[in-house]
Amino acid sequence: MKARAFSYFRAATIDQALDAHARAGDDARFIAGGQSLVPALSLRLQAPRLLIDITRIGELRGVRREGGFLRIGALTRHCEMLSEPLIAEFAPLLHAAAPFIAHPAIRNRGTFGGSVAQADPASEFPAMTLALDAEIEIIGPSGSRRVKADDFFVDLFETALQPGELITAVFVPLFKADQRFAFDELARRRGDYALVGCGMLATCTGEIIDDIRISFFSVGNTPTRVKGTEATLIGSSLGAERIAAAQAALASDLAPPDSDEVPPAMRLHLARVLLGRMLGRLGEGA
Amino acid sequence: MSGFDESLLGDADETVRVRFVVNGRKVACEVAPRETLVDCLRNALELTGTHAGCEMGACGACLVQLDGRAVHSCLMFAVQADGARIDTIEGFTESGVIADLQAEFHRRNALQCGFCTPGMLVSAHELLSQVTRPSRDEIRDALSGNYCRCTGYEAIVDAIDAVARARSESGGAT
Ligand SMILES: Cc1cc2nc3c(=O)[nH]c(=O)nc-3n(C[C@H](O)[C@H](O)[C@H](O)COP(=O)(O)OP(=O)(O)OC[C@H]3O[C@@H](n4cnc5c(N)ncnc54)[C@H](O)[C@@H]3O)c2cc1C
Repeated sequence: MKARAFSYFRAATIDQALDAHARAGDDARFIAGGQSLVPALSLRLQAPRLLIDITRIGELRGVRREGGFLRIGALTRHCEMLSEPLIAEFAPLLHAAAPFIAHPAIRNRGTFGGSVAQADPASEFPAMTLALDAEIEIIGPSGSRRVKADDFFVDLFETALQPGELITAVFVPLFKADQRFAFDELARRRGDYALVGCGMLATCTGEIIDDIRISFFSVGNTPTRVKGTEATLIGSSLGAERIAAAQAALASDLAPPDSDEVPPAMRLHLARVLLGRMLGRLGEGA
Repeated sequence: MSGFDESLLGDADETVRVRFVVNGRKVACEVAPRETLVDCLRNALELTGTHAGCEMGACGACLVQLDGRAVHSCLMFAVQADGARIDTIEGFTESGVIADLQAEFHRRNALQCGFCTPGMLVSAHELLSQVTRPSRDEIRDALSGNYCRCTGYEAIVDAIDAVARARSESGGAT
């Protein structure tokens, strides 16, 4: 239960962090909040030669409006998602999801960028970036680019990030007056990873859904948008029949993996229950 | 701060000097980068009130405050805390800020073996400094990352609830 020996470098700038990683090769890891990485090191699931601490890099901090987006710095901590007024106003889905992540002390350290980079399929934030149509800003030795959340999550713990690249920020389209959102999850105990969780963002004209993005977590190898289900909802209001149709459509969007703890049929059932509740609330204007 | 020095890679277990302010006192110690904060507190600084339980962030026995916020001292390396203010159960006890919580835990038998108690107190202290009159649900929420394996949680929630009430009745002293 102790990490293998490693060297430690505290980067003051992005350039220093990228440079250190390039020179250490594949054997380096960035560390942000450490709330996923430290357990992995302690369990020796990972044993890098070099740890590059990115937490003192000012360029990775801060939340601000930029054009039609909220730019959320990679180092924004989970607890700041709860306390930062700009998040509550312009990215309320993230604000709603944050209290479900782990426990208070873990939220005090864990970072948004770290959570998105880790891409745990059971994590709340990666799935919310999908629902929000967010863009992930990445910087690496060959420059900077922005990747849509839809293209970012590739497979289990695998993302569009290449070794040695950093997430600098996530850009979330500003929440608008004609939009509604909902977040919920089912877990055995408060703070546990969810058995099933979901976030959704709808754009409406009155009661009619013009557009909706629904994203599930804890249902497969990656956070999962349910596009077939979304399609059943567009152009109508959220009556009981429509909600039932959406619930039925889930079966063709989700294929939960077999696990000892939760059989696929049960997970699909829980996803349907959750979807029904959330669409009901969305219809009531929640 | 200077850039990356490649010679770092050669000697992974070489110790580095870190400084922090622990319980109001400036301390410096030599740590290997892989040494967790909890190990540093318990071994080098002999502050054994902070307990190492699961060492993966699940049990909450190792909670301390880092720059005023509760964190798991098993989920960070001591080098990462360089320059930080760290408050442990010993410091909170000495300063008397949680004396009422400790007395109420004692009075209500909110501990048996006591292994989880320092972590429980750190969580309770942080909660009551953020919310003056938390509901029982909010108290349970705040303790969701603290495991107790002997008394159960009821007496612990009772104790925190009683202190919150007493504090707000006596005019909201912190
Ligand atoms: C007991 C426990 C319960 C938890 N429960 C939940 C939960 O319910 N839901 C949930 O979502 N999470 C949970 N977590 C995980 C927690 O949210 C982590 O904080 C988060 O997943 C990772 O963020 P971090 O900043 O701690 O990243 P780190 O642990 O520092 O890093 C994780 C990975 O991301 C990489 N990385 C970090 N930052 C960047 C960056 N800016 N650019 C590129 N790569 C980067 C690192 O190299 C590493 O590979 C839990 C953790 C624990 C210990």
